[in-house]
Amino acid sequence: MSRKPVVGVLALQGDVREHLATLPELGAEAVIVRRPEELAGVDALVVPGGESTTMAKLAARFGLLEPLRAAVADGLPVYGSCAGMIMLADRLLDAPPDQVTVGGLDVTVRRNAFGRQVDSFESQVEIEGVAGDPVHAVFIRAPWVEEAGEGVQVLGRVVGGPADGRIVAVRQGNLVATSFHPELTGDRRVHALFVDIVRRRLAERAGAVAGNEEDQ
Amino acid sequence: MAEHSTTVPTTTGTEAVKRGMAEQLKGGVIMDVVTPEQAKIAEDAGAVAVMALERVPADIRAQGGIARMSDPDMVQGIVDAVSIPVMAKARIGHFVEAQVLQSLGVDYIDESEVLTPADEAHHIAKSEFTVPFVCGATDLGEALRRIAEGAAMIRSKGEAGTGNVVEAVRHMRAIRAGIRRLGTLDATELFVAAKELRAPYDLVAEVARLGKLPVVLFTAGGIATPADAAMMMQLGAEGVFVGSGIFKSGDPAQRAAAIVQATTFHDDPDVIAKVSRGLGEPMVGINVATLPESERYATRGW
Repeated sequence: MSRKPVVGVLALQGDVREHLATLPELGAEAVIVRRPEELAGVDALVVPGGESTTMAKLAARFGLLEPLRAAVADGLPVYGSCAGMIMLADRLLDAPPDQVTVGGLDVTVRRNAFGRQVDSFESQVEIEGVAGDPVHAVFIRAPWVEEAGEGVQVLGRVVGGPADGRIVAVRQGNLVATSFHPELTGDRRVHALFVDIVRRRLAERAGAVAGNEEDQ
Repeated sequence: MAEHSTTVPTTTGTEAVKRGMAEQLKGGVIMDVVTPEQAKIAEDAGAVAVMALERVPADIRAQGGIARMSDPDMVQGIVDAVSIPVMAKARIGHFVEAQVLQSLGVDYIDESEVLTPADEAHHIAKSEFTVPFVCGATDLGEALRRIAEGAAMIRSKGEAGTGNVVEAVRHMRAIRAGIRRLGTLDATELFVAAKELRAPYDLVAEVARLGKLPVVLFTAGGIATPADAAMMMQLGAEGVFVGSGIFKSGDPAQRAAAIVQATTFHDDPDVIAKVSRGLGEPMVGINVATLPESERYATRGW
């Protein structure tokens, strides 16, 4: 039996509290991450919804950007919702020219793609890997994935309306991102999908360590 | 919940979308701006949103006259200049200013006591709009009355344009103490509390159960330094509005960035000390105790 996974929530700005409340319901320990040393102590990270330009500036200013990039390169599971999707994207559209991202997801993300706040909406989205009813999705000045690279698995698309078919949920390896905010609705299934990825990685690593010990 | 089972694929302007928008602003700083150039400076400094208005509160105080919604050209210029959300102020009760701001595509409307009220009895019926509203409050009852009208976000009022944080502290403490008190009451006492608060019983019971407002609570009115912002966060604010404090100071860009950083690291005195160094002159303040009643904005709103 593996230990309880420790999942950090990047707490520079945004709807941190909702993610902190959701993760323990799935058997994970949730902690806030604002500093490189706090990042070093987690098994996974959630990048919450919020204002991506603000998060990016604070991450750079407080020396988190390079540690975050290194952690992603090392295979740290990261889930980004809304602004978190923007932070994980390799390429951005409709962003200030100096906006930096952590990157890791081979996607092009368009900021505020659905329009302004008056265009923000609720809908239902089928998510691959989430059984049962479609996920009730809240989109707030949301981004979408304009283009996804070959290694990126599309988990969900908008159905109907002017944005019909747009990609709003993706996975690449241990990285998961959604345009919408499951943390706002009380539907824990997207977080559960992510925590499963975290558990699998913990088990693999524990197995690898055990294997090494047997060799000795 | 019925709307989710209809054949319409998407719904806009819902409570979840309006309140959810404010949840995304948490831990951030919203800055008053009067021009697109100021809006750019605010965005570059890390503001989560900008607030468009005709004049900053300190200038409204100095110049007097009627303070109104900003010119549509100016609002449009600000909307076009930045990629972060744009809020704009409408006068209390001036529902047509609100309609105009919604048609201009602003992301949030502040029905604000800083502008000259257009109605001395009624606030805007905010639920009827697609765009969400933020409103000021001096105590819990006022906050709940605004939420009942449809406000999707509350800010403690403070006393805008003074650079004096004392009223922001008073109002934040009053709101938070009111919430804590509700948590100590039994079911029958909650009915009396609703009467005393002059607020709907259902909202009062909800706050008692949640131990917080059902919407995000920011602070405003007199925040001028990084330490002011951090103190308000420690007192329970979920984010900060800064009005005159930035563009009436000696070095707006640097002060704006410092207040953003102090808001995120509000519980870390080392960071607050570091970002507070070398900021230049803060805005000149006003002693609120010497302000005549007629010049206090916090008393506007009912």
